[in-house]
This record gives sequence, C-alpha cells and structure tokens, in this order.
Amino acid sequence: MSPISVTPPSTNKGRGGNERTSSMVKPSHTKSIMTAAFIIVLLWLSAERTDATVTQLVTGAPEMGKLLVEMFPPDWSYVTTIWAPMMETVQMAVLGTTIGAMLAVPIALLASGNVTRSKWLYIPARLLLNLIRTIPDLLFAAIFVAIFGLGAVAGVAALILFSFGLISKLLYESIEAIDPGPLEAMTAVGANKLQWIRFGVIPQVTAQFISYLLYTFEVNVRAAGVLGLVGAGGIGLLLTRVLDQLRYDRACMIILLTLVIVLVIDYISYRIQEKLL
Amino acid sequence: MIEFRRVSKLYSNGTVGLQEVDFTIHSGEFVVIVGLSGAGKSTLLRSINRLHEITAGEIIVDGKSMTLARGEELRHMRRGIGMIFQSFNLVKRSSVIRNVLSGRVGYHSTIRTLLGLFPKEDVQLALNALARVNIQEKAYIRADQLSGGQQQRVSIARALAQEAKIILADEPVASLDPLTTRQVMDDLRRINLELGITMVVNLHDIDLARQYATRIIGLRAGEIVFDGPVGEATEERFTHIYGRSLREEAASIGGEAL
Amino acid sequence: MKNNPLIRRPWLRIRWWLVAVVIVSLYVWSFTGIEFSGIRENAGTVTVAILQGMISPDWDYVYLADGEDLLRGMIDTLAIALLGTFISAFLCIPFAFWASTNMNRWKWSSGIGKFILSFIRTFPEIVMAIMFIKAVGPGAYAGILALGLHSIGMLGKLYAEAIEKIDRGPAEALLACGANRLQVMWYAVIPQVLPEFMSYTLYRFEINVRSATILGIIGAGGIGTPLIFALDSRNWSRVGIILLGIIITVSVVDMISNYVRRKIV
Repeated sequence: MSPISVTPPSTNKGRGGNERTSSMVKPSHTKSIMTAAFIIVLLWLSAERTDATVTQLVTGAPEMGKLLVEMFPPDWSYVTTIWAPMMETVQMAVLGTTIGAMLAVPIALLASGNVTRSKWLYIPARLLLNLIRTIPDLLFAAIFVAIFGLGAVAGVAALILFSFGLISKLLYESIEAIDPGPLEAMTAVGANKLQWIRFGVIPQVTAQFISYLLYTFEVNVRAAGVLGLVGAGGIGLLLTRVLDQLRYDRACMIILLTLVIVLVIDYISYRIQEKLL
Repeated sequence: MIEFRRVSKLYSNGTVGLQEVDFTIHSGEFVVIVGLSGAGKSTLLRSINRLHEITAGEIIVDGKSMTLARGEELRHMRRGIGMIFQSFNLVKRSSVIRNVLSGRVGYHSTIRTLLGLFPKEDVQLALNALARVNIQEKAYIRADQLSGGQQQRVSIARALAQEAKIILADEPVASLDPLTTRQVMDDLRRINLELGITMVVNLHDIDLARQYATRIIGLRAGEIVFDGPVGEATEERFTHIYGRSLREEAASIGGEAL
Repeated sequence: MKNNPLIRRPWLRIRWWLVAVVIVSLYVWSFTGIEFSGIRENAGTVTVAILQGMISPDWDYVYLADGEDLLRGMIDTLAIALLGTFISAFLCIPFAFWASTNMNRWKWSSGIGKFILSFIRTFPEIVMAIMFIKAVGPGAYAGILALGLHSIGMLGKLYAEAIEKIDRGPAEALLACGANRLQVMWYAVIPQVLPEFMSYTLYRFEINVRSATILGIIGAGGIGTPLIFALDSRNWSRVGIILLGIIITVSVVDMISNYVRRKIV
C-alpha cells in the first residue's frame, strides 16, 4: 500500500532518520505489525459481532457428541429408500454440468482477449462471468425454486448457472494461455473466424476443457447432494426430512452413501483424466 | 580432528557407498576429496555430520564418537561442524541475516529460537561473519536477490556464525562461474588460514584441488585410492589410478546437480 | 500408433464407439430421470418479477434503525467467513504436514492424511452447519464452526501441496547446524511455504464469503436468513436488494483479495 513496498528491497532507502549505508539499515517491521494488528482487530470485532466464544463450544460439545453417537450404527436398510433420490442427484449433476459446459464455450471464447481482440466485447463478457460467479449454487437453487417450484428442475437450473460460471472462467484462462503460433498459421492460410477457432483454438484446449468438465462434475455431485435443503431436488430433500425427524442414523446413511458415490465418481474421473493427459 | 575407523556404507539397494575407509584429518588441515562422480565423495562428507548414516565402523570428531551420539548430543556435535552445499541451501525468501542467524539455533532453546529472539551478540556475530566474506551490506536483503556467488558466501557466513571448528563443503563451487569460483575458494582458504578452521571440501576439479588443498584424498568406488600432500598428487599418478584424466571428468560433470 | 501410423487399427474405432455408446446412454438415463412436468406455469412472470426487483430494489432495506437490514446482514456474513477461515487456516496445518509425502517417512502415513482431508471435503459445510446448530444453537456461531471445519479439507490439501514443493536443501542445512525438528520446521520449512499459505487462505476466504451467504438458509447466520424469508414472502424488491448486496460485497472482497494475493507471491 505504501509505495516503498513496491520498490525492490535492493533500493531500500534508509528510513526513520538513520541514514547509514543504504541496505545495512535494518528494515522496519511497522508494516507487518500494522497488518497483524489490523487482522486481529477484525477478528476480534467479528467474534464480538457473532457472539462466538470458546465456552459456548465447550458447553455445546456434549450435545454434538450425543448427536454423533446417535448417528451410529447407520440405518443400513435405508439404502433402498435413498437409492433412487441419490441417482436423481447424479442425474442432476450430469445435466447441469453438460448444459453449463455447452453454454460456457461461446462465452469463454468471447471473454478471451486473444480470440475476441475487441475490448468492447471481452471486458463485458468477463464482467458477466465474474458477476455470475459471485452467487453460490445453493443461492441459485433457492431462487430457482421460487421460479420453477419445488423439484429437480430448479436444482438442474442452479447447477447449469454454477457450472457455466466455473467452466467459462477456467476455459477462458486456458484459451488466453494457448500458443499463438497455430493461430498465426490459421490466419496465414486465410481461414475465417470460425475456421480459425475450430483449427487454431479448439485443438489446443480440448484436453483442458474435458478435465474442467470432469472437475465441475465432481463439484456438482457434491453440491447437488445439498440442493434439496432448499427444495431443489436430489438426496438433500430426504436429508432435511430425516434431520427434522431426528433420525440421525438415517442421516448418517445418506451422508455415507453420498460419500461413496462421490469417491467413486472422483476415482472414475481421475482415471479418465489420466488417460487423456 | 576427524577420525574414520573402518567406515563402510552399504545402501539398501546394495550399492556400496564407502568401503573400509580409514583415515584421520587433523585440525587446521585443508583437505580436498576428489574422485569421479559416484565415487562416494558426498557420502563420505555427509557421514561426518550424520546427514547420511554409515552401516559399519565409527567416526570420531574431536575425541567424541559421532556414530554413537544421539538426540541432543548429536545436535551439539553438529553445531560444531559447519556445512556448505553445492546448491547453497538458503531459505530464499528469508533475509540474509536470518539465514546466517539460523546457524545459531543449535545454541539456544527451542522457544527462544521460535520467537526469533537472538541475543545482540549473535546478531553482531552474524554481521561479523558477513563482513568476513565481504557482504555485510546485504544483511537485510532477501537471499533470492543475491547472485549465486553471493549466496554461497552467505552460506559460508552461516557456517562461521555457527562458530564451527570444522567446515564441510560439498561441491561448493559446482554451480558457480570461474570468477566467483575463485572468490569462494579464496574465502574458504582465508578462513582456514586466519581462523584455523579445518576444511573438508569435495571437488571434482583436480586443478582447483591442487591449488587450494594441503592434502588430497582420492576416492574410487567408495575406497581410498590416494591420500597424500598436494605435491604427490600429480597428473600422471591420477591418470594411472583412474585410468583416465580427472580433467575430462570435471568438464563433463561441470554443472551437474547433487 | 507405435505400429504403422498410416493404418487405422479397427479395435481403436470399436473403442471410440463404445465410449460414444456409454456417453449417450448416460445422457438418456439422466434426461429420463428428471421430472420436468412439475414446472410452475407462472415461472416466467416470477423471473420477470425478480429481475424487476433487481432493477428497482428496496433501497430502504439497506439500513434500518432496528438492525435487521442488509448492512448488518452482510457484516455478519463477512464476520462468519473471516472467523471460519481463520480457524481453518490454523487447524489445517497439522493435517497438511501429515498429508504431505516429504514430511512423512512412510507413504501410507501421508496417504491416510490425504484421505482424511478428502473425507472432510466431502462433508458439505451446510450439513456441518446443521450439526453444529444442534451443538451451539442456531446462529452465526454454528456457521463459523461449520466453515472452519469444512475449509480444513481444501486448505489442508493446498497447504500440503505447497509443502511438497519445497526445496529440501535448507532443511538439510539447518539439520547440519544442529537444529532440532521444530527449529528445522520454523527456519527452513515455514519461510518457504508461508506466502503460499497466506495466498491460499485468502483464496479460501473468497470461497467462504460465498458460502456464508447461504448458511442463513438453515439458520446458521448471515444474509441467507433474510433472503430466504424474502423469497418465501415473494418480496421481490427485497430479494433484489439482497442479491445486489451479495454481488457487490463478493466482488469487492474478490478484488481486494486478488490484489493482496498478487502482492504476496
């Protein structure tokens, strides 16, 4: 923040009246101390504001312990009931990711400075992407439930927007980093803009695109599991229900199954990426 | 004084590191260890301060067994032995003085060093050490702002701040250009002569070894094949021992990493 | 491709077909699984209403004398994110060292550490918040604890990766100076990873601010509670101002955090 910190240390001027040989002067720690103090004050104010105290945690811990005890053993037989909603969760993630990814491609191209060239196009595109990425998936879901009503459609819509934001951001950053050589070559052979993109840009980012797609899918499966908390379909609906009924053994079963599905998907996705890269 | 008593090192994959090595280095000597790459130079040096463990024999430093030392005793013995590395091994993001002071940690309690509370004398010692290698003015600069030669001098200062009686240098100039190589080697010689600190230096460059050493030890496949004063370490003798000139070897492994 | 590159081997084509069939059936399965018929017929009008709410938001809600306003809600949200991030930034350190391959003598040991971290990551913060509400009652504190615990998973993984990238040399040098384990850690490892740790913590703070906006949906404090009330009571102009508040706050936090992170590394 002070201009001093931006200049390289080798040109450090003797500060604080002590004008000896330039860099022999011990640099002052004022800035680090101020930063630390600022952070501590922020934390203290935050703790005040939210009434967060350690005592509360200590007194609450037995309650939490009781809850954890009640979770075990999980209600294994509940698997038959939750299997269908679990699959619905995966389906939501598949659709949300795919549609989001398809929408992401054009906007990512638009947001890349080396493809679009015009500031008037890529800056607004990036702005849009940044704005979309400020809203978390569950918030999208709450809004879409208000729009579409309860059910998986609201969840899919939320995941579409969320995936769109995530993939287009990652993708445009990769596009900006591609090798300009093939692009020049395409210009040299007289390609039009679409041909230029098809043969110059796309081949260079396909592998990354697929890996982002898989990554987003992993994130979405996790996310889809909780969208039901706001009524947007999937396994989360049941989770709220069993928690309201204080059936923690069933809640545990839901969490375990989600965990297994997520780990299986992570593993498959990891293997696919290994094959691709 | 460093004594090697029938020291052997066998790596777990079966490779022989050292075989029945037996010699004594006296205080104030400037010993250079030469040999082809993979001859066991680095193993030998690192077994002195137990960065590498040996599998048989015993190493005795100033009358105390390094091999049998444990825990705090080992740390106290290590504190008396400075080490200089080919890749400098400085914390690049820390300041020069902090790097030099880190050589003092063995002298103070853990709490004190974790809080960074070094006594004034230590800071003065560190500054003096830097002055001895002519880079005192860089004390409060981040280590990564320095050139390779300057960084190596910081690591020499670290060994000096340690108040070590012995300095081990593992290929100290292998990543430096010829000019800075001279400066660093001159620094080592000056320290050896002025402070009487024993130097044990690994070099792959036989010419450099002849120039600075008082005694040369030649290694081949973990065994000592030559041990004598510089005068006896003639080109013919080495060509005879190794079956080729060590000069060619030096040229071929010039910039090789550890 | 190792054989004659000019001849396309038939099994390669068969494999492509198999992949295509798998992908197509995956989509057929997904599309048939989702119930599309339940969409409200007034979806269009509601969307328009929300957009209008954002264009003409309920400015009065920004500051209210009684305290239940946007400003206070956003401050709560930021406070939750800040404390949650702070807690996890410290709690994740032992896990990070546990999970990094170069700090463990045995490979299985770091494997266990990594597994624990990914286990924590799979537990969504919102589910953790529900559990903490049982322990400490509804409110911001439950949210803080949930974020603090959940973030350990990701921060621990990122920290571990930073630790795995360090140069072993300085640690070796410190060891040679006679330093003990803690001293080696403090003088040779921490200085190398600290900038990364700080940068990742800031990055996690950005994520936690977003997460904190939704914790209120289940009663764990922050702006989420008034938002869900506004949605339920179809008060679109209030939904609009809250969304604007979130978008602006998160954008500003991102900008500041990005600026600081660029300066650190």
